[in-house]
Amino acid sequence: MADTDLQARAHELKFRDPNQAASLARAIERVVAQIDDRPVCLMHVCGSHEQAIARFGLRAILPRAVDVIMGPGCPVCITDMPEVDEAVALAERGAHVATYGDMLRVPGTRKSLADAQADGARVHVVYSIDQAVALARTTSDDVVFFATGFETTAVATAAVVLAGLPPNFSILSAHKFVPPAMEIVAALPDTRIRGFIAAGHAAIITGWKLFEPLAERYRLPIVVAGFEPLDILAAVLRLLELVRDGDARVENLYPRCVTADGNQNAQDQLWRVFEPAGGQWRGIAHVPSGNLALRSEFAHLDARVRFGLRDMPAPRSEDREAVARECICGEIMIGRASPTDCTLFGDACLPEAPVGACMVSSEGTCRIWYQYGGRPDLAPTGTAS
Amino acid sequence: MCLGVPGRIVDINGLVATVDFWGVKRQVRLELVDSPVAVGDYVLNHVGFAIRRIPEEDIEGTLALYEELLQESDQDLMAADVRGEMDSARERDHGGH
Repeated sequence: MADTDLQARAHELKFRDPNQAASLARAIERVVAQIDDRPVCLMHVCGSHEQAIARFGLRAILPRAVDVIMGPGCPVCITDMPEVDEAVALAERGAHVATYGDMLRVPGTRKSLADAQADGARVHVVYSIDQAVALARTTSDDVVFFATGFETTAVATAAVVLAGLPPNFSILSAHKFVPPAMEIVAALPDTRIRGFIAAGHAAIITGWKLFEPLAERYRLPIVVAGFEPLDILAAVLRLLELVRDGDARVENLYPRCVTADGNQNAQDQLWRVFEPAGGQWRGIAHVPSGNLALRSEFAHLDARVRFGLRDMPAPRSEDREAVARECICGEIMIGRASPTDCTLFGDACLPEAPVGACMVSSEGTCRIWYQYGGRPDLAPTGTAS
Repeated sequence: MCLGVPGRIVDINGLVATVDFWGVKRQVRLELVDSPVAVGDYVLNHVGFAIRRIPEEDIEGTLALYEELLQESDQDLMAADVRGEMDSARERDHGGH
């Protein structure tokens, strides 16, 4: 691994309340021992959860009979190559393309936006769509915002649209919606997943009730969790109890942020501007209602309409496609494989030269495992293994 | 990109608030916040927008994680994401919208 110092430090980090962590770990061991069919695989769908799990070394204190894995919770990772190709094409045609930093090095078929930038295209990294709008006000050239992220960033795009935009500004939406990310995994006939940890901050927007139909339909418990190590351990414990009891309910263990109905004001703006649309998710499948597309009344702001991208022929690159075929990001994101199962991981696929999108984003499983290490190879800590 | 950052409102001008993030003052937009806010309130912010007013009793619990993270260098992915969130808010001098 690249950064052994940092990894060591991540695992040394102390819990603010080590006694509570130890007692949660003991309770987890006790409950998992009461479940017949082990190991019990639980999935979270949030890059920040994976960062917390990896950097605090939570997998080292979980019994081996509990497997906590990351699902398709990295919006950059599920952004498909043709979407990157669209952004690259616009940049190559001379538009300013602004996007969040994570998107810069995500491979397209021929190029990433970083490659286009190196070749002279005007690509800008912004932390907020607001900064892209500010850029548009300083030029008469076209400025396209390549909009990525789940609900939490889509609401910002919506607010900016409703606030009014300069005429040279348009939006290339690659926004995604969290519930279909969970559903695509829950619906797999061979899924190993027995319960979900729902992303705390996305749920601030949507509220926890949003997950109830999913829990009911697939008979899977869902627990909304925060980002403290203890928040995550508490969520794992509660999920295991629900699995043991066969109770497919939604519980909110993050009440300091998440409410039943969420942020109504933000939801109103989100759904005034966007509507769910089916789309291909990189390496996974066509996901019905997985994307957020601009509604027809905002077609004039849609870069796909304004620049006729729908008719763009798909670029090809045999070399890149050949390597990309070995990438198992899709299998990793639906819980069928781990980064360490990939022959490219840490070898042909590195953060500075990523093959798959999961190695690019700070929220991608491969990137996080590369930095902090993944599942530690330690002696089992519990009797439930 | 999915971890918001808390800060304290020190000034409000229409739909723009000046928010103090551990001594760094930035402007965030208020179009999306879930309930009315006032100077002195803590808000959780994401990509330059306040998305939640943090109730009084939850402020301490919310801040704790960040205080530990901000001790870390940008080599740490989670700490870097948190700093990126702060940078998503505008510098104070950019003026209105």
